[in-house]
Amino acid sequence: MADKPRLAVWKFSSCDGCQLSLLDCEDELLAVAGAVEIAYFLEASRTPPQGPYDISLVEGSITTPADSVRIAEIRRQSKAVISIGACATSGGFQALRNIGDYDEIVRNVYAHPEYIDALKTSTPISSRIHVDFELRGCPVNKHQLLEVVAASLAGRRPNVPNYSQCVECKRSGIVCVMVAHGTPCLGPVTQAGCGSLCTSCDRGCYGCFGPKEEANTKSLGKRISEDFGVGHRATADMFRTFNAGAEPFRREALRHDEH
Amino acid sequence: MTSTDQTLPEGIQAQNRTIVVDELARVEGEGALDVKVEGGVITNIKFRIVEPPRFFEALLRGRMYSDAPDVTARICGICPIAYMLGAINAMEDAFDIVPPAPIKRLRRLIYCGEWIESHVLHSAMLHAPDFLGLADAFLIAKVNPDLVKTALRLKKLGNTILEVVGGRAVHPVNLKVGGFYRTPRKADIKGLESELEWAIGASVELLDAFAGFDYPDFEQDYLCVSMRHPDEYAIQEGNLVSSRGLDIRVADFPKHFYEEHVEHSNALHGRTREGEPYLVGPIARYNNNFEQLSPYAQEMAAKVGLPRIVKNPYQSILVRMVETLYVCEEALAIVREYEEPTAPSVEVDIHAGAGAGAGGDGSAARHLLAPLQPQRHRPHPQRHHRAADGPEPAADRGRPARCRAGQPRPR
Repeated sequence: MADKPRLAVWKFSSCDGCQLSLLDCEDELLAVAGAVEIAYFLEASRTPPQGPYDISLVEGSITTPADSVRIAEIRRQSKAVISIGACATSGGFQALRNIGDYDEIVRNVYAHPEYIDALKTSTPISSRIHVDFELRGCPVNKHQLLEVVAASLAGRRPNVPNYSQCVECKRSGIVCVMVAHGTPCLGPVTQAGCGSLCTSCDRGCYGCFGPKEEANTKSLGKRISEDFGVGHRATADMFRTFNAGAEPFRREALRHDEH
Repeated sequence: MTSTDQTLPEGIQAQNRTIVVDELARVEGEGALDVKVEGGVITNIKFRIVEPPRFFEALLRGRMYSDAPDVTARICGICPIAYMLGAINAMEDAFDIVPPAPIKRLRRLIYCGEWIESHVLHSAMLHAPDFLGLADAFLIAKVNPDLVKTALRLKKLGNTILEVVGGRAVHPVNLKVGGFYRTPRKADIKGLESELEWAIGASVELLDAFAGFDYPDFEQDYLCVSMRHPDEYAIQEGNLVSSRGLDIRVADFPKHFYEEHVEHSNALHGRTREGEPYLVGPIARYNNNFEQLSPYAQEMAAKVGLPRIVKNPYQSILVRMVETLYVCEEALAIVREYEEPTAPSVEVDIHAGAGAGAGGDGSAARHLLAPLQPQRHRPHPQRHHRAADGPEPAADRGRPARCRAGQPRPR
């Protein structure tokens, strides 16, 4: 028992969906709970935190002064820190505050802005600490999550591809929604991993796995906004969803703001 | 909020004491609790929602109406359907869309899936350990592996329904204003049938197991607020009703209820306009709409000793399982009758308008999502100006974030 690796799951600013993906591994959950000691997982257990930990899975983005301190302590207590999901890897939808008028945004939602103790920005975990691996997705793919945990336990690099969604569609034999139906799609600039969910549902990819390596967002942005007649504003919003803070998406959205 | 010394454990009766719980375990989101005891009487309770605000209401302004379901889904990963359909109902209300029956039935089916997933997660993994004095469900699995395996299989079925209809369990991708992006295939829907047949018995099994727990003797006379629909147990649409006879359209919610921002919580506190707190969630639904449950669900509720009006908050775990049983039956009926609709969605005639919609939340903290007000969502796809020109806006105003707003729900 004492020899089992100790796993901790932490939540920052988020929807709980990524840590839920672990509990959604119904077929594997009891095996996971047998292979590791679940040392801290507040959503699932009342076991109090007591480090050190072998692996810390971190969900959510940094949005408060207190959380900036808490993440540093988690880093000190953990051999490996793996950030999971769009909030933790890019700041999440809430990172749209970074380009807005923060005070106005707070006033819009709360009657007493003076009660709110939050940062003006929402940033990924890697903005504060070194992370050992970033797993993309809004939410993460639970099979990839298990792979990352298994790889981390085995001390090897996780087998998580960083090529585009287009590769995945071709492999799955899914007819290209953009070529065949003229449906705007972020697949060419988005990292694969979801399992081709949107294109299987006859809709364009909305980029919830974030930018692929070396994404040519400029070319795709031009095609969507001009050739497909979506317009610059709606194109900017396509890049401004759950990975709005990821640099290639952030930059591309700004490009369309200029029009 | 007040209470009397009879509700306190013996050790702290007739004492002055402050109890601070900084992290509530096995709940969705981040919450904390302060309890002040003076002379053996609780004089103050602060339920602090410390979940950081994400300001979705403000950030949705000026975006396409069609973004609302996918964005509001991210309010909560455990009950995204409640938010998606709340947003969709509001947009359809604004655009005067009445979706055809087959689309409504599919929405009800995916909602059944969410209730199964969320209720079983909540009951078996978050709530049950409290009754057993165990830290978590992993420890329950050591003493009663069959119980946990049954719960996991049932929860998985809920997720499978979400995947078959919605494409993904957490944050489904197939729902939109007007219907669905793609029609679920008949063979895939029919493939759910045998597992749903098993699930009805499994729900009863879990209900029976939880009924054996030791329930504290505690009752409160709640004002129960829920949705109600004339033809069915309200899940995805209906009016707002209360146990004292209120019956209003969702759009009139702000006339009868208000939400207050208090210093100690990032979630607003909801009250009636008369200033009274109210209960939402499974017990409120059950109390308000019991007669619309299936005869079998009613029978099983009576068999485990649930009264017609539940006043003991600890019994919410049983009510959740009664609702789970009901939605398994309901999902099975929808699956058996399913024929692929002629079109996955209806046309959306985009025009400026006001709308309100509610969703019934299957999971932890509450049941009702405040009306969405999409009138200031930019309705036209080709407009190039920032919508800061319009009056102030907002979607889902007053419910900052996830299943954490609203009433403190006793667990």
